[in-house]
Amino acid sequence: MTRTEIRLGGLGGQGIIKSAVIIGEAASIHDGKEAVQTASYGPESRGSACKAEVIISDTPVDYPLVLTPHIMVALSNDAFHKYKNDLGEGAIAIIDSDLVKAGKIKPGVQVYQVTAATTAHNVLKNPLVTNVVMLGAFTAITKIVTPEAMQKAIANAFPRYRELNLRAFDEGMKLGQEALEQSSKTK
Amino acid sequence: MEKPILTGEMFTQGDIAAAEGALAAGCRFFAGYPITPATEIAERMAYRLPRIGGRYIQMEDEIASCTAVVGASYSGLKAMTATSGPGVSLMNETIGLAAMTEAPMVLVNVMRGGPSTGQPTEASQSDIMQAKWGSHGDYEIIALIPSSVQEMFDLTIRAFNLSEQYRVPTFVLADEIIGHMRERLIIPPEDELEIINRKKPTVPPEEYLPFKPETDLVPPMATFGEGYHFYATGLTHDQKGYPVMTDEAQLALVPRLCDKIRKNADKITQAESTETEDAEILLVAYGGEARTAMRAVKDARAEGMKIGLFRPISVWPFPKDQLKDAAANAQQVIVAELNYGQLVGEVERIIRNEVPVHFIPRVCGTPHTPDELMKEIRRRIK
Repeated sequence: MTRTEIRLGGLGGQGIIKSAVIIGEAASIHDGKEAVQTASYGPESRGSACKAEVIISDTPVDYPLVLTPHIMVALSNDAFHKYKNDLGEGAIAIIDSDLVKAGKIKPGVQVYQVTAATTAHNVLKNPLVTNVVMLGAFTAITKIVTPEAMQKAIANAFPRYRELNLRAFDEGMKLGQEALEQSSKTK
Repeated sequence: MEKPILTGEMFTQGDIAAAEGALAAGCRFFAGYPITPATEIAERMAYRLPRIGGRYIQMEDEIASCTAVVGASYSGLKAMTATSGPGVSLMNETIGLAAMTEAPMVLVNVMRGGPSTGQPTEASQSDIMQAKWGSHGDYEIIALIPSSVQEMFDLTIRAFNLSEQYRVPTFVLADEIIGHMRERLIIPPEDELEIINRKKPTVPPEEYLPFKPETDLVPPMATFGEGYHFYATGLTHDQKGYPVMTDEAQLALVPRLCDKIRKNADKITQAESTETEDAEILLVAYGGEARTAMRAVKDARAEGMKIGLFRPISVWPFPKDQLKDAAANAQQVIVAELNYGQLVGEVERIIRNEVPVHFIPRVCGTPHTPDELMKEIRRRIK
């Protein structure tokens, strides 16, 4: 598959757009692929619905918007249920099980549950890094970007809180590995 | 002092790329008034210009912004503003002044939905005609339309070069899609950039005629304060720059203001043709919409349909010879725009006697989807 469409959904203030920018930078600048990032754009602010998208490809990206996401990352219940039916056959959804109740989902979609918010709060002692924990899980589960590229992009994105965010990324990678192992056991 | 040219790679927005392109071109003055979806350009310039010895001024409105840019240009700086359609509506009076006084300036319009305040956060391509005809009287401008973040950078540099070379207000007509999307931007080393500066007078001040054109129809431009005393006015003027209300003065001035662009159009026009050689259906699209059209060409070719894409990069002056070449074998032309019918009129004017021209408008917020263009292609190919 040369074009991978990624949608991230959640609430304004959770770092949804920032996460998409980090994925895009990791893919295009550090992994040398092609990437385009776009975001929902309106007068909304903190607490309202927020959507960001990234397309990663081996060849230049033409149409810049997501049509049928291959990967969805959801950090709010509303976002997950709003977008779950857009997912295509073979798509994967990565959700924060503290924030999202998956319920029934259409066949052909693999759901991975990680506890990003709890890990940010309990392990990293800072709920602000929930999105970066999620980026770690995303990297481990999808393998669409390399961990090294993500680490570089995260370090660039948070120069003042570099160490904290890199630790959050590592914790997220572990959660992602666990979710992968869990799903291979249940198969 | 920070570096004016941030050579290297970054993953950034089209708006930021336009700001960096301006700085790389040598822009050292920005006056503007923030407006969605062009605000990031002002924001970036406000951050960057003071750190590289330039000036950023947030003015009280768009009228003052554009007027300050004309003043800065006459003071010898490369100067710009950035706005959206409603801002251009206010600036049009001074765009006319810049055209009449031949002040080089660059204006980035990140187009949003209109008319009036319209849809501030939505994409549109509905200021194509406004750019050309916004101010009153006979004059020409140049307008370039980027389709990627990289082109926001490259074409902003080219806009400064053309503006300086022809002493004419030059637009970068972006749409919200390209302005806000992020992609890889590569900023080359300074010595790989082609930068053009305005011609300066070579005669001593007492012999200088500020509006006496050379063979390219462009007069050399002195800077206020350099000892070349001269006068610039929006009234019809002679070569000395003073108001003269005769037929002769109007005849010597206004056709030249138009002809310096029209007669040099072959050096200014820019377009890209993709898979047009054997194309039976030729798509015409530009800016963000061209990204959909590019996808449609690939999808249609994969299905064995002979489809090509013509993408005007300069819309004013329009690349009419390039369009004729691209449409040479076409049986039909489909123009797709993010408006209710603007550039299609220009396409019809040029080729409708040779080939039928169809139009698919879109007047709301996002470009056509590839499926929507494919549907139109299948309907026409039957």
